[in-house]
Amino acid sequence: MTPALGMFLLFVLITLGITYWAARKSQGPAAFFTASRRITGWQNGIAVAGDYMSAASFLGIAGLIAFFGYDGFMFSVGWLVAYLTVLLVVAEPLRNAGKYTMADVLAYRLNPRPVRAMAALSTITVSTFYMIAQMVGAGALVTLLLGSSHVSYEAAVVGVGVLMIIYVVFGGMLATTWVQIIKAILLMAGTILLSLLVLAHFGWSFANFFDAVTRVSYHDKGTLVTKNFLEPGLRYTAANHGALDLISLGMALVFGTAGLPHILVRFYTVPDAKTARVSVVWAMVLIGSFYIMTTFLGFGAATIVGRDKIAVSGGNNMSAPLLAQALAGDIFFAFIAAIAFATILAVVAGLTISASTSFAHDFYTAVIHKGTERRPGEEVRVARVTAFVVGAVAIGVAILLGKDANVAFLVALAFAVAASANLPVIVLSLFWKRFNTSGAVIGLATGLFASLALIVISPSIMKVDPAGTAAAARHLIQHAPIFPLENPGILSIPLGFLGAVLGTFLRRSEPRAEARFAELSVRANTGLGAEKATGE
Amino acid sequence: MAADDPKIPQDPTPLVGAATDIAPLTHSGPPPAHERTADEEAGLVDWEGLAASAQFRSLLKAKRRFVVPAMIFFIVYYFALPILIGYARPFMETRVFGPVNLAYLFALSQFFMAWIVAALYVRAAARFDKMAANVVSQSDSRK
Repeated sequence: MTPALGMFLLFVLITLGITYWAARKSQGPAAFFTASRRITGWQNGIAVAGDYMSAASFLGIAGLIAFFGYDGFMFSVGWLVAYLTVLLVVAEPLRNAGKYTMADVLAYRLNPRPVRAMAALSTITVSTFYMIAQMVGAGALVTLLLGSSHVSYEAAVVGVGVLMIIYVVFGGMLATTWVQIIKAILLMAGTILLSLLVLAHFGWSFANFFDAVTRVSYHDKGTLVTKNFLEPGLRYTAANHGALDLISLGMALVFGTAGLPHILVRFYTVPDAKTARVSVVWAMVLIGSFYIMTTFLGFGAATIVGRDKIAVSGGNNMSAPLLAQALAGDIFFAFIAAIAFATILAVVAGLTISASTSFAHDFYTAVIHKGTERRPGEEVRVARVTAFVVGAVAIGVAILLGKDANVAFLVALAFAVAASANLPVIVLSLFWKRFNTSGAVIGLATGLFASLALIVISPSIMKVDPAGTAAAARHLIQHAPIFPLENPGILSIPLGFLGAVLGTFLRRSEPRAEARFAELSVRANTGLGAEKATGE
Repeated sequence: MAADDPKIPQDPTPLVGAATDIAPLTHSGPPPAHERTADEEAGLVDWEGLAASAQFRSLLKAKRRFVVPAMIFFIVYYFALPILIGYARPFMETRVFGPVNLAYLFALSQFFMAWIVAALYVRAAARFDKMAANVVSQSDSRK
């Protein structure tokens, strides 16, 4: 058994122990969906960070910086700035006026069945796409990280999937929260250690470090080149509409993070809106520190390991683990690999619980059964079954796609849908009195389908591959892309808002929705009548 | 076992779809507080009155006076980064400290900008909390 496999198993054992504890402790829907709303501010803040920083952040951004220098770092800025929207606009009203899901806030004033049906569709779309991206990444990653233990891609995907189902089905929100907390602490510890080792390598001198970063040599198409990695332009150039694509990505982050269902459900786990605010601040401290330290991870990998070596040892996603290996040997490599594994598990567990909560609460109970549980506890039972089904589907799709599939665009898609479908209707229902059911339904639908359609005709799916590209990595549609940007946000977000506004004016104003506006506004802003913590 | 009791005739209806299998769609008693719908709760608090009260209006106004400028500021500051990098690259490549250029410092400053805006909001929100508590206590005294 390699050290990496040993650490993986240790993490699995600890998290299963937590799940056992959580399963014994939590009874009833409030416990399953919201951990009885008894998570404290700092705990929830760490869990939000754990829910948010996926393997794409830890391994992906370190890799982007190692390969493209400054452009990779610029990419990482938006992930923190996006939390200002969460803090200023969404977190507190949502906690005050909702119960389990984001649709609770919409259904307050509007006709609940059509609105919840569309919101559930959008939530499940965002969560499954994001999850499939994570699962494919997980499978590929685990096989790489455990290379010498001969774990196949399929076995890795099934392992990750089964674990996430166990956490959610048995442990509910409480187990998911603690898996995310442990993962975030591990991730921060690993990142701090790695950053310190990088600085030590350069004699604790920022001057030496940044000097090395200005002279990074690697082979580009066979010729040795030396580039200043602090200068922009290695990835985003005028030729690929770099600036526009970055602006578009920035819009998807700034408006999408506040519409990500798996982040929003976290604010229902705390006792009140003030604690929700405190938890966003905690999350911002962790997330910000982490992304600042990607400077050391990414530039460290570029200067100490080198782009050439990373390219032949598994590609840019392996930058951070390889840096750990170069600086402190195999045990530290194993530790960083185990952190990457923990990262994936925590994120997919969060996605699973948000998808199944939305299906059970919004679709099953509210849409099919008109808002009443037929038997007490039915909603939780349905959520458990959904978690199982969602997990099984994600495993199946990830195995079908195979480990070479290009799935990075699914993350961009998830953010675009969250920004173009969810955020406009949340904001308009909180702040616009005239907003009505038809506006919400049409807004959600426009945002969802505009994002999907724009991704399909973007270079992520539509591109002519050079001859000899491996079958799994080929683009789905062999045609020049119609929409030139990889991130649809710049177009789909205005479309989502436009759909919501036009949809509103299509129908006459709803007297009930307008009458309720006063109530929603008072609730959202004062916390009067908000859901209380339960249990004990 | 009751089912095996010879005195009770066997129930010939299948379990699924039987008339007795349909559970009532409503609770037998009044729903607990956390399950009351907005309609059922509407009468408990005079929402319209609260929304129209001077205290509540000044809370909304105070929030708006902070949140709207803060949103505009951070959005402008953040999108200045890709715009400047995309359309004013030579300027952003100006070196400031040794090899460290304006582009890197501006990207780094975004993190501190986000933290400062968040800290200012938390400070302002303490004031909003007090104003919200006033609105709520006003609703209690009316009951």
